[in-house]
Amino acid sequence: MNYSIAFRTIVIKEIFRFIRIWPQTLLPPAITTALYFLIFGKLIGDRIGTISGASYMDYIVPGIILMSVISHSYANVVSSFYSTKFQRNIEELLVAPIPNWVILGGYVSGGIIRGLLVGVVVALISLLFADIKVNNIAITLSIAVLTATVFALAGFINAILAESFDDISIIPNFVLTPLSYLGGVFYSVDMLPGVWQSISMGNPILYMINAFRYGLIGVTDIDIQLSFIITGGFIVTLTLFSLYLLHKGIGIKN
Amino acid sequence: MNALSLRNLRKTYNNGFVALKGIDLDVEAGDFFALLGPNGAGKSTAIGIISSLINSTSGSVSIFGHDLRHEREKAKSCIGLVPQEVNFNQFDTVKSILLNQAGYYGTPRKLALQRTEYCLKQMDLWDKRDTVSRRLSGGMKRRVMIARALVHAPKLLILDEPTAGVDIEIRRSMWQMMQEINQQGTTIILTTHYLEEAESLCRNIAIINHGRIVENSDMASLLARLHVEHFVLDLARPIAVAPVIEGCQIERVTDKTLNVAVPKEHGLNKLFSQLTAQNIEVISLKNKTNRLEQLFMDLIDSNPTGDKR
Repeated sequence: MNYSIAFRTIVIKEIFRFIRIWPQTLLPPAITTALYFLIFGKLIGDRIGTISGASYMDYIVPGIILMSVISHSYANVVSSFYSTKFQRNIEELLVAPIPNWVILGGYVSGGIIRGLLVGVVVALISLLFADIKVNNIAITLSIAVLTATVFALAGFINAILAESFDDISIIPNFVLTPLSYLGGVFYSVDMLPGVWQSISMGNPILYMINAFRYGLIGVTDIDIQLSFIITGGFIVTLTLFSLYLLHKGIGIKN
Repeated sequence: MNALSLRNLRKTYNNGFVALKGIDLDVEAGDFFALLGPNGAGKSTAIGIISSLINSTSGSVSIFGHDLRHEREKAKSCIGLVPQEVNFNQFDTVKSILLNQAGYYGTPRKLALQRTEYCLKQMDLWDKRDTVSRRLSGGMKRRVMIARALVHAPKLLILDEPTAGVDIEIRRSMWQMMQEINQQGTTIILTTHYLEEAESLCRNIAIINHGRIVENSDMASLLARLHVEHFVLDLARPIAVAPVIEGCQIERVTDKTLNVAVPKEHGLNKLFSQLTAQNIEVISLKNKTNRLEQLFMDLIDSNPTGDKR
């Protein structure tokens, strides 16, 4: 059987879904991040000075872009797959001759595409406030794609395990948002006192944001290789766990 | 060749409920097969396992010779499922529901468009192709689910109570559709609570109760086992007491209505002669219950624990 057609069908369905509801999916990040740039970058940032040689505005741009990529790649998969479960059209996929890896790949790709699209929108908004010269395009793009993959996978797992709409908002509100804010979006980890610096090192988002910041403006607190290893490790672990859940039918089959 | 073979199929849910206690079943290719049983008997569990929505505890499922465990994709590609409840995305248009379904089965786009048009026309839904599905009536939604199940041209169509909750007119038109689909070569397995539906459409039948198959035969043989038929007679003139006729049980419902249980060997001609002799004129007659319904109730009542017969 030609699995590429099934894969393409899921991906296109996902793209149409978030484009159809663009006022909920693409517009809010543009407005929110424009406010971030205006308030934190421009009004407050002008009084802060530089961090690691970069202006405060330039310093926060990569973190805000990647934070949007993280939250939207996660949100796309968790809301779409949970709705599919809730409305029971997951049965269309379970009855069809589609291997689990194609289902996973299709939904995760949809999440990656939305995450990256939102990232592009936020990056374009940032150009109104900052003059960013990309330091390393390969690192910038690869870490953005890998980060979107990690959080699309995490969203998929959340959707599989969720039993109510409350369950799909707990992780984004109480885990993802705090980790993103504490992941060095607005500050350098070197600015933290010793204990908090050590605790921050346990936050995977810190590694991703620093690698992305290095790619964009050449500034990082973390070893770039370590960032890629950690991000890759998360992808492998979350992929295997997702496939295990699908294979066992946990959360999707009786 | 068998369209479906179940061997020693068992299912125990996590809460300990044993839904299937080792069922064996064969459905021949081209058949129109009824799978009946009371609520909670195990029908939906069996269909859930066959269509990969439920994991079995043990046993095997083979679809057109493909083992569901070992040749999963080949087995699944033979099946089209029409579930009990609407389960398509109600925000999608009718056309996109079918196109997506065709895509899931690996149908190339050009062919998917042709099949979608064919199936929607067959279900009289072509005019509604661009309508968002939540705006459709209940009967149309049922037909969308049948069209969706047919879009990849399955060899085995499973209809799980397809006419539940639809009005008589739509039910009749759906029966006609199902017969046409079967005549075109598609094997159909039907579960229904309307036993009249099963009797008029299906050639073979299995009855499941308490997780076991308690009856599995062809419809004609099963109906031939019916020894007593129940009729309602409307009389031309009122009567004060029920007539007494040897061999028949007669109950007076109103002064112009009788319920009569007639053994097959007695025959209706003899009954009418005896009534005429008592100056009772019958103006119309109808079956009190559907014949299959009567047998079904007899089987279920006589087998409350689902033990094999």
